[in-house]
Amino acid sequence: MDLLLHQALSGLATGGIYASVALALVMIYQATHLVNFAQGEMAMFSTYLAWSLMQAGVPYWGAFAITVVAAFVGGVLIERVVVQPVENSPILSLVIVFIGLLVIFNSVAGWIFTYTIKPFPSPFPEQPLFGNRYLSSHDMGSTAVTLVVLSLVFVFFRFTPLGLAMRAAAQNPVSSRLVGVRVGWMLALGWGLASAIGAVAGIMVAPVVFLEPNMMGGILLYAFAGALLGGIDSPGGAVLGGFIVGVLENVIGVYVGSELKLTMALVIIVGVLVVRPAGLFGKVHVARV
Amino acid sequence: MKTPPLLSAVPALTSRHIAALAVLLALACALPFLIGNYRVFQLTLALVYAIALLGLNMLTGYNGQISLGHGAFYAIGAYTAAILMDHNVLPYWATIPVAGIVCLVIGFLFGLPALRLEGLYLALATFALGVAMPQILKHNSIEPWTGGSQGIVITKPDPPAWLPVSQDQWLYMFTLAWTVLLFFAAWNLLRGRIGRALVAIRDQPVAAQAMGVNTALYKSLAFGVSALYTGIAGALGAIAVQFVAPDSFSFFLSITFVVGVVVGGLASISGALYGALFIVFIPNIADQISKAAPWAIYGVFLIGLMYLMPSGVAGAIRIARRRWFDRERPSAAQRAASPPARDVQV
Repeated sequence: MDLLLHQALSGLATGGIYASVALALVMIYQATHLVNFAQGEMAMFSTYLAWSLMQAGVPYWGAFAITVVAAFVGGVLIERVVVQPVENSPILSLVIVFIGLLVIFNSVAGWIFTYTIKPFPSPFPEQPLFGNRYLSSHDMGSTAVTLVVLSLVFVFFRFTPLGLAMRAAAQNPVSSRLVGVRVGWMLALGWGLASAIGAVAGIMVAPVVFLEPNMMGGILLYAFAGALLGGIDSPGGAVLGGFIVGVLENVIGVYVGSELKLTMALVIIVGVLVVRPAGLFGKVHVARV
Repeated sequence: MKTPPLLSAVPALTSRHIAALAVLLALACALPFLIGNYRVFQLTLALVYAIALLGLNMLTGYNGQISLGHGAFYAIGAYTAAILMDHNVLPYWATIPVAGIVCLVIGFLFGLPALRLEGLYLALATFALGVAMPQILKHNSIEPWTGGSQGIVITKPDPPAWLPVSQDQWLYMFTLAWTVLLFFAAWNLLRGRIGRALVAIRDQPVAAQAMGVNTALYKSLAFGVSALYTGIAGALGAIAVQFVAPDSFSFFLSITFVVGVVVGGLASISGALYGALFIVFIPNIADQISKAAPWAIYGVFLIGLMYLMPSGVAGAIRIARRRWFDRERPSAAQRAASPPARDVQV
């Protein structure tokens, strides 16, 4: 029982990371009805940026802030330069462009920073906080950071005019344009935010999985599973889905063996798509022929 | 533009095409005697990839279903062949159809739920399959057969005693025979009713269903046949490389296939050959710059082609040929193009 509790709690910590990446995916999905396969690699690249800044002597939180801002700008640029010209193409072309981005980020990171695995510092103390036996302080700290990011995103979308404009642009682009919302820029902003959230997730997960160009592969898969489980058009659902997947991953790892963790994500994805494609909290879409 | 009496998903073969194909085949047969053994091995690999790309292209190019996990089917085919040979169940040549059938069944079964998964969702599910496959292959419960992460070493088949060729040349011939057979089968499958149904489902799914096309059946069949081709390629590839291990079938193998299909040309049979040559020889050249360079080039090609030439190399060749052909005989082209235009004006 103690083991189960321990695994479930540390599952919550990794689940927080999946939740952030899932949230980033949902943000782009909501705005454009696309799934960004390059999300994980963009986050990985941002994490390398943070690492280089720290190597250059910038203090941790300074590097953190610079990276998040740079990731935001990078996300906006990618949307404007790479995605926007093919926006109205068939899904196949878009998926191929995203795969192209994935491959480019992965190989450029390998080219610049080599494929050697690098340790990444954690900003949180070595000793477990508050004398608890279950969670390391990095687990607690990263969960806290994730929760802060999630609430910031919630507040932004719920209570700011810009957030309202972005939601409007995603829901009904034509009407939004008629009332003066610049839909194209709202999409770019969505990409920027998603990229920034991804950067936070990357920096938080790097101390656990270590820094290397392929570090986000598995995480992206779990994030997909979480986003689909919660409902790919529901930010709250995706976050919850991310946490559920994190806990499931750890608990199943104990009882079934850790070799099948990725397969579990596959089973979740296919299972959700077969049984309830809209996810737990997603809207069921009815298409009119 | 010339319109054939019945719409067909692939161009019909004229006598000129057949003559050109015969010359090409003769060249392909002569080639292994003119170059070194390593080059022969590379060409064998290119043929293997051409079969896999053709399979993926039938699914993605003709039927419009996106698969990011075809490396998994390639792996299943390779492992089927390797296990059957390793346990001396079947000789090497008999493992190929078995691998194909195993993949056909698995692909069809995976295709059944995939029916409900449109576009992006299918891409997601197959992405998960591609990422998870190496882990499944490493699992303890099947280790007696798969050899775990060590993989299986296969002995290279000997050529028949009456044929004075080296092992590499024989393997090339063997693969070439399968390639010709499978390319002909694909052309035959796509040129008639089935090919038309696949393209109709891709372009107008609702209209196709209204016209009586059994969308569900054709989509899962397309997935099954596509997996069959990829599985056969996997088996041939395993014999050519003489080794299978979980890590040679990583997610990036699936992406390599997507790159090959896009570069060669979506919805084109000949495109599979161009794509295969690209994915075999470009990394060889680019590796000299950096270990990461082939992938950077792949990525740039993927995005660049989507902007500039969505129909790939095959499309570029088609356009060039049409331009050259039209200049040669402008009257024929004009005659074919004019009647519909007149109808519209009346």
